[in-house]
Amino acid sequence: MDAMKKKELQIFAAKARIGVIEGVYNAKAGHPGGSLSICDLLAYLYNGEMSIDASNPRMEDRDRFVLSKGHAAPALYATLALKGFFPVEDLKTLRKSDSYLQGHPNMNKIPGVDMSTGSLGQGISAAVGMALGAKLDKKDFRVYTVLGDGEIEEGEVWEAAMFAANRGLDNLVAVVDYNGLQIDGTVEEVNSPYPIADKFKAFKWNVVEIDGHDFDAIESALENARVTKGVPTCIVMKTIKGKGVSYMENAVGWHGKAPNTEEYEQAMTELKAALAELEA
Amino acid sequence: MADVIKCATRDAYGKTLVELGDKNDKIIVLDADLAAATKTGMFKSAHPDKFFDVGIAEANLMGVAAGLAATGHTVFASSFAMFAAGRAFEQIRNSIGYPHLNVKIGATHAGISVGEDGASHQCCEDIALMRTIPGMVILNPADDIEARACVLAAVEHDGPVYMRFGRLAVPRVFDESYKFEIGKGNVLVEGTDATIIASGLMVNEALMAAESLKAEGISTRVVNMATIKPIDRDIIIDSAKKTGVIVTAEEHNIIGGLGSAVTEVVCETVPVPVVRVGVNDVFGKSGPAVELLHIYGLDAKNIAENVKKAIALK
Repeated sequence: MDAMKKKELQIFAAKARIGVIEGVYNAKAGHPGGSLSICDLLAYLYNGEMSIDASNPRMEDRDRFVLSKGHAAPALYATLALKGFFPVEDLKTLRKSDSYLQGHPNMNKIPGVDMSTGSLGQGISAAVGMALGAKLDKKDFRVYTVLGDGEIEEGEVWEAAMFAANRGLDNLVAVVDYNGLQIDGTVEEVNSPYPIADKFKAFKWNVVEIDGHDFDAIESALENARVTKGVPTCIVMKTIKGKGVSYMENAVGWHGKAPNTEEYEQAMTELKAALAELEA
Repeated sequence: MADVIKCATRDAYGKTLVELGDKNDKIIVLDADLAAATKTGMFKSAHPDKFFDVGIAEANLMGVAAGLAATGHTVFASSFAMFAAGRAFEQIRNSIGYPHLNVKIGATHAGISVGEDGASHQCCEDIALMRTIPGMVILNPADDIEARACVLAAVEHDGPVYMRFGRLAVPRVFDESYKFEIGKGNVLVEGTDATIIASGLMVNEALMAAESLKAEGISTRVVNMATIKPIDRDIIIDSAKKTGVIVTAEEHNIIGGLGSAVTEVVCETVPVPVVRVGVNDVFGKSGPAVELLHIYGLDAKNIAENVKKAIALK
């Protein structure tokens, strides 16, 4: 990837992180940690990888995105807003009773959301159904879904994984956000699904392991997925939960908690400084 | 009565799916390793490229159905009522009901008439569960004619539909001229002393009960209520006003099903006595289906007795 493209993606992700904090702070609720960890991936997906059109969110043959870890909605909304699906200013209405920006993604209320999610384990099944739908209609669109590493403790994930591989859904990419933390503690200590890559391999998936904050790695993993035929691809993406906000990084407590005013100001100072450095 | 045609509603379901697949290439049928029993196997044979077996994985069954529906397909997802409505309740609620996706759930082997498999497979809770999902349409046909009509109506309806079919061959109630409309009950027999509102295989029992009551000088209206949700309020209110007492009859727990739905409407509009005939909040057991129906009071005799009890409450 050339330096300019990488810089653009870094700037986009930095802005998305600001959007995440704005939303969660104003809502006084939400999930910052697991939102911040996937901002780089979403920046890449929505800036070239996926065929989408903000002026026509339901474009028939668009690529589909399913946020199986629906609680990371603030990251998806920030990304969609930056792409022009709705005003960036609206991110501050997250979770308000008069807002369309629901706590978890709603496909009927929010432009650019392809599936309503939030109950863990279910999004990947819907993504599998969409990928199967594309195959049945002989369409070229691809389906992307993002799961949490805690989420894959859900049995339904493995029902879906088994079926997707057995049906040869090579138009499907499942990214696991391997940030190591869930609500009750580290994924390792709560109920470890590790090693993640080996499990998906055992389910006959093509598996790529990457650093989820490295755009070159994200690019090559998605290219690998595109050229892999006959099986779906799982990208196990090592990330830092809370990435970009120092006191949230790798901290269990920032799964589902909003920053107070002081914390918000510190977070914005850090994120804006990072953005300014990129834009300098 | 020797020439009465008997057919299981699940058979009508399978045949109608084949018929639909012949003329609509957007119809997709999914099953979870029960295709021979749910009768989706008929569709599999006729349209193998439109049929997918997800294996013994009902949660994923509903999610895949949702995803297919989100890409413009009309999806039938089938399993036994226990595993469709029961095990996959939350998937139906969140992945199908909440986004209001065009998935038709074909749930067979509902109720006590599953028979020998026993309580683990006799689902008497499915209607109660499905009724709580906003926007869900619930259909429980009385015979094969009505079952076919329900499937055809479900395809025309935009949104999720739960269809409840039985394993047992039941007598045909309707003839080929029968017209079904979602949300509309229909009066099968007029009467003045009491109304029986029935669904599923209890409709035929209700008709027999009315016949025996007639011999005792009791005039009973019989209403077939194939749509449990949205419930036909008008026909319930009309029945309450005209006959002053209602008995409901269903092959389901008396909690949460047709009896509850009717009672809710009656209490809020024309408060008259309502007596519910159904499974009395107990688990079933193994045995031949028809024998079990008698044991659990799901027959004409018990309905007739309850009509008399209900009239005494007037």
